Amino acid sequence: MNSKYYTSFKSPFILTLLLACFMLFSNSSFCNEGVQQDSAHAPEATLSQGHDAITEKAHDPDAPVDIAAVAFEHILDSHSWHLWGEGHDAVALPLPVIIYSSTKGLQTFSSSRFEHGHAEYNGYRLHDEEILSNDPNEKIYDFSITKNVAQLMLTALILFLLFTSIAKAYKNHGVTTAPKGKQSFFEPLITFVRDDIAKSNIGHNSDKYVPYLLTVFFLILINNVLGLIPIGANLTGNIAFTFVLSVITLIVTNVNANKHYWHHIFAPPAPKALYPILVPLEIVGIFTKPFALMIRLFANITAGHIIVISLVGLIFVFKTLWISPVAVGFALFIDVLECLVALLQAYIFTLLTALFIGSASADHNEDGVHNDEDEKAPVKH
Amino acid sequence: MSNLFILGSLITPGIGLIFWTTVVFLLLLALLGKYAWKPILNAIKTHEQNISTALASAESALNDMRELQSNNEKILAKAREERDALLKEARDVKDSILAEAKIKATKETERIMASAREQINNEKNAAIADLKNQVASLSIEIAEKILRSDLSSDEKQKALVSNLMKDVNLN
Repeated sequence: MNSKYYTSFKSPFILTLLLACFMLFSNSSFCNEGVQQDSAHAPEATLSQGHDAITEKAHDPDAPVDIAAVAFEHILDSHSWHLWGEGHDAVALPLPVIIYSSTKGLQTFSSSRFEHGHAEYNGYRLHDEEILSNDPNEKIYDFSITKNVAQLMLTALILFLLFTSIAKAYKNHGVTTAPKGKQSFFEPLITFVRDDIAKSNIGHNSDKYVPYLLTVFFLILINNVLGLIPIGANLTGNIAFTFVLSVITLIVTNVNANKHYWHHIFAPPAPKALYPILVPLEIVGIFTKPFALMIRLFANITAGHIIVISLVGLIFVFKTLWISPVAVGFALFIDVLECLVALLQAYIFTLLTALFIGSASADHNEDGVHNDEDEKAPVKH
Repeated sequence: MSNLFILGSLITPGIGLIFWTTVVFLLLLALLGKYAWKPILNAIKTHEQNISTALASAESALNDMRELQSNNEKILAKAREERDALLKEARDVKDSILAEAKIKATKETERIMASAREQINNEKNAAIADLKNQVASLSIEIAEKILRSDLSSDEKQKALVSNLMKDVNLN
């Protein structure tokens, strides 16, 4: 059961990683050109923050565009929410900066104080979206409400309002009438997560994990979709976000693991002589599963965004409008693919979480037997 | 160098986002779990149970109806049978009544005829007796008249007697 899923998801995963690396290094060649040329004019341009880089180019139409910088500006987190426009015409929402300093304690101020990295405030400066202190002895922990955090809170609010209104609809219309509107849109999704993800992988005591799986599924899904919109933040393509979700999955899996699971790790069914090799491997295995979860979501979403931006960037690299049908065509194709990936990755993350929980809390020693039985169970209903 | 730095920041989880994701996610999980998933999942479960019970009751209602229908047919057949039996009985009763009436009527006729015959006989006998009496009295009268008138000569007596005897023989 386990290995089956692994093999089926492994190849696209590796492919995505390779693609991501390829795009990264192919972009770095563009960037290096840009760096070499820019360094002659203005050394600060090598900071290569998205609109900065483009601003510099705006003055010099012959200089190559640093696509990598633009791509990473869209992929990485930011202290302001860039809406539209470039350079001095850019319209961006300033977001609150919250930093804990080892010397000055907790400090909050608006990110507009930095003027997009051009100004210093209170002894701090913004460099590549990282807040640095002018005091070398000061250690800073950045808890700012960044673009990603803002989108996270926004989507959490949307999900809360959406699903409480659906819950209210169930309460108002009762359970005797047929669901309608958003109720009827989300009910199949909810029952899909409950039956096909939770029940078929976890088994009879799946009910207590369903709220967690539903929350994970819808939070990833809405952020995947918002990430596709140009002004949206790339939250699910941020490793910190996937890290936290994987850690929670790791905790949920191991807290609910039964003695068969621990027995399998510390006393695997193998000759005792192999224990020095097997036990450490099994212990590493506890962490590799959620680690793969973390990397899979992050790499898939990030790679997709890099591809889209790079394809659009072709127009600026070749400096001709004739390439645009190709670039737009491919970008559109990848965008449609990304819509599928947005749903697929939310599904895979939730499915694998359910699978890990299921294999750790399975009733029988042999996971295969247990899961086969549970898969048959819903059919009987 | 710049790209290596960006690559580093791409795969290094930032403490801020880790912190906020943890806080927001756990909060969202708790709030959605309490105010959304619990009522929604309960509602869906009761909904499904309602549907399955409704289906089951529909099926049982169908079975009941079928049973009712077959019962109805049975009752109808029984009623038809009863009606036939009733009709047959009525026909039998009618026949028997008719037959009885016929017999009674014949008997009555015979009785009436018999009594009529007897009466006629009686009447006839009475009439004969009356006639005999009248004849006797007439003969006595005649005898008287004859005795008064013509008993002087022998011939005349003899003629008279023989004449009388003739009459008597006639009776």
